[in-house]
Amino acid sequence: MTGLAIDVQALSRGFGARWALSGVNLRLAPGASLLLAGHNGAGKTTLLRILAGLLPPTSGTVRIDGVDPAVDSAAARQRVALLGHRGQHYLELTARENLRVPADLLGRADDVDGLLARVGLADRADDVVGTFSAGMKKRLSFARVLLKRPSVVLLDEPWGQLDPAGFRFVDELLAELTDGGAAVLVATHLVARAGELLDHGLLLSGGTPRWVGPACDLHDAMVAHEEA
Amino acid sequence: MPSWPSQTLIVLRKDLLLSWRGRARIVAMISFAVVALMLFSFAVGPNSDVLSRHAGGYLWLALLLASVLSLGESFRLELEDSALEGLQLLPVDPRALFFGKALANALWLFLLGLVLVPASLALYGASIEGSPLALAAFIGLGSLGLAGPGTLYSGMTSRAQGSDVLLPLLLFPLVVPVLLAATKGTTLALLGDPMDQVPSWGAILVCFDLVYWSLCPLLFGRVLDD
Repeated sequence: MTGLAIDVQALSRGFGARWALSGVNLRLAPGASLLLAGHNGAGKTTLLRILAGLLPPTSGTVRIDGVDPAVDSAAARQRVALLGHRGQHYLELTARENLRVPADLLGRADDVDGLLARVGLADRADDVVGTFSAGMKKRLSFARVLLKRPSVVLLDEPWGQLDPAGFRFVDELLAELTDGGAAVLVATHLVARAGELLDHGLLLSGGTPRWVGPACDLHDAMVAHEEA
Repeated sequence: MPSWPSQTLIVLRKDLLLSWRGRARIVAMISFAVVALMLFSFAVGPNSDVLSRHAGGYLWLALLLASVLSLGESFRLELEDSALEGLQLLPVDPRALFFGKALANALWLFLLGLVLVPASLALYGASIEGSPLALAAFIGLGSLGLAGPGTLYSGMTSRAQGSDVLLPLLLFPLVVPVLLAATKGTTLALLGDPMDQVPSWGAILVCFDLVYWSLCPLLFGRVLDD
């Protein structure tokens, strides 16, 4: 065990002749948070998918809570939760049925109703998800994340498609997760907002880290990088 | 954490529920298979003797064609909102994902086969001279033989371009032995079995099912990762 929630060394990932990520080093302690910024195609989502164990790296090492996903993928996946661009829902099942599937697979069926209430979907629990708005689907995705009780939380555009109440929900959730000891990595274009809430910042450009520092300074760093 | 057989039941229940919610697709699949049976009778002509002698073969051809729709559909629902990715993010044994999905597919094919039996009898003027139990057993074993490799190949081709064409292209050659044994056994169960060949064809079908259902789960995890 390294004592780090995320420990990434010399990580690279290629797709054919193109390198989506190159030479990424990243260390995040439990309870710490990282803002990941960069333009479209900078490699943010690729990095999150590698950390979640959905993509293998081309080279370099990844440790989640000291576990190498390449060696023990089940143990690594148990520790990580990913909120991706898409909801990961069955559109023809109800919200409760959607949450029931992972809850049963994790042996946590008792958590379902409480989590639906927590994300504000208690009154729509028996409605088919295909009838939900994008924001409601996002809230259900957050319930999936919380269901796993993860030690590493990976959020890709967590504020996307949410209303102002949803924004506040995410803000509070981020604080709650880090206070609970989870390491949180957020990839977003809402850099100014996330900069006020998160600890550290990492700017990616063309798959390569360009700037590392406090999250609150990342917005200025991005502007400076663009001007340069 | 539930054991992988328990995880299999959870995945199976989820897939059956999804199929039930999409009942309109099941009706469409049954209609497609019945139309295929009708087309075979048009193609052969009004010779009722030929039609009734080959009723078992036509039934399995209709079932095979309909299986492509049903197998493709089971993964389309998984990819619609990246639900499969949600399952992959859980510490679920890939064998549980395979067995859950394949058993659900086999069950629907078996039920479809049972529905097609009276349709075949009516369309081709055939009757069950042999054993109804053997007939049900051959439809069940044949459905397992189609669903095992079908689930693997459906998972393999679902994210590829032209998956609708790729799936039958890969699946049909592989299931020829199953199709032969199931057709022969079904025909014997329909027409009667004076030379007691049913056990032999049944044994061949069981052997192929065992091979497919032993190998496919081992490969399924790799298919999902890729």
